[in-house]
Amino acid sequence: MKFWKQLMCTARRKSPWLFHMNAGSCNGCDIEIIAALAPRYDAEQLGVLLQGSPRHADILVVTGPVTKKAVGAVKTVYDQVCGPKAVVAIGSCPATTNVFIDSRTLDGPLDKHLPVDVYVPGCPPRPDAIVAGVVKAATLLAERGYAAENIEAETVVIGDPEACTSCCESKPQEGAEVQP
Amino acid sequence: MNPVLSNLITALARFLIFPGLLFAVPAAWFFLWVERKAVALMQERVGPPFMQPFWDFVKLLGKSTPPRPGIAGFIMRAWPLIAVGSAAGAVGLLPVLPASGGFEGDLILLLALLELPSICIIAAGFSSRSIFGEIGSAREAALSVSYNIVFLLAIVSIAASQHTFRLEDLAALPSSPLRWLGVVAILICLPAKLHINPFSLPNAEQEIYSGPMTEYAGPELAMWELAHGLEWVAATGLVATLVAPHVALAWGTTLLAGGIFVALSVAVVLLLSVLAAATARVAIDSSVRFYWQCTLIFAALAISSALFVRFRS
Repeated sequence: MKFWKQLMCTARRKSPWLFHMNAGSCNGCDIEIIAALAPRYDAEQLGVLLQGSPRHADILVVTGPVTKKAVGAVKTVYDQVCGPKAVVAIGSCPATTNVFIDSRTLDGPLDKHLPVDVYVPGCPPRPDAIVAGVVKAATLLAERGYAAENIEAETVVIGDPEACTSCCESKPQEGAEVQP
Repeated sequence: MNPVLSNLITALARFLIFPGLLFAVPAAWFFLWVERKAVALMQERVGPPFMQPFWDFVKLLGKSTPPRPGIAGFIMRAWPLIAVGSAAGAVGLLPVLPASGGFEGDLILLLALLELPSICIIAAGFSSRSIFGEIGSAREAALSVSYNIVFLLAIVSIAASQHTFRLEDLAALPSSPLRWLGVVAILICLPAKLHINPFSLPNAEQEIYSGPMTEYAGPELAMWELAHGLEWVAATGLVATLVAPHVALAWGTTLLAGGIFVALSVAVVLLLSVLAAATARVAIDSSVRFYWQCTLIFAALAISSALFVRFRS
């Protein structure tokens, strides 16, 4: 029985199957997900496969600030994914609704509706960050073991969000005079 | 020993050990890996690790399934098991080792068992009541009607030219141009039978999600993956048994029959994977037209020349 548990733990870590859900994304993060699966980054060497049906998936990959029209679809798709499952929020939009904050067409961010396990911030995030986020989610799935549902989600942020916000602010050039 | 009992033991050993389940299940995972790796290498990717199909299978066994109440749910759960059983039975019938038994007419049983998984897929798609499953099943049915004519005519032409429906005799008889024509016709049908490009219509991702398997999850999906792998072993093994004895005779040995069988099967898998990586999916009407218009002529030629050879001799 212990052997079987260890085997299952390894299998869950090594075979994360994704279902990609667009919840009103601008398509920027979506093409980065495709780039992570394409030959340059080749996520399949880690066992990652993009599946057509949410029933086949282990990890729900969501992009976009959740629009009002997408709320029902996001919840339905999350319920269709069979346990054990994890949710990865790709980009800044599902994490904070990003530049669309306070929009009357939104009902976000994502963690209002689903337990999010891993955040991959960025606008859009790099493909290697997406791969790292998916691998982190697969590791969480393996650690969760036989607890079928992710009731108590552990939140992980891939990369340094502070570095992202600070680089957007205008920094004074070295040696340049700063006018008050 | 009682001949009935010894026959039973031989049949069980072939079904359970070699070339049956004990050999065929690891071989199925290996062939699935070879296919994925070959496609990845063709696309300049690294590709999945060696154990990937095994990990996928174990992981799927540990996932939950949605509740399927009533008789419809029971039937839906039964289809993948029937598919696995019939594909494993088809592998067990292959005459890999010399003088391994068999009976008159086992070719017909082999063809029936090879066809059962595809019928299970059609039934599974319709019983899942998913619109994508129904479209996938309709495509699988249309494709099955098209390629099976050529497939059956090719095999019947080989059998008719050699005067036997017994697999072992068929494999042992001397080579002829007709046999090679038949092997080529079978190879043309295999991409459609195994649902790979350019005939990956029933499970076309990006179009109809996963076709008939859309509603399946967890252990049921694991059984479908296994059935698919066993279909690979059975279909490539059929080609290998038709070609292997000649290779073995050419090398002057029959001891290496098992090894040659595996090597030839892997060669066929590689050939089909390269074809799958190099081509795009064809539309359903073009696929049906390809089999009915382009290849049926050759199959008809093969069977008419086989009958001609038979009546002349």
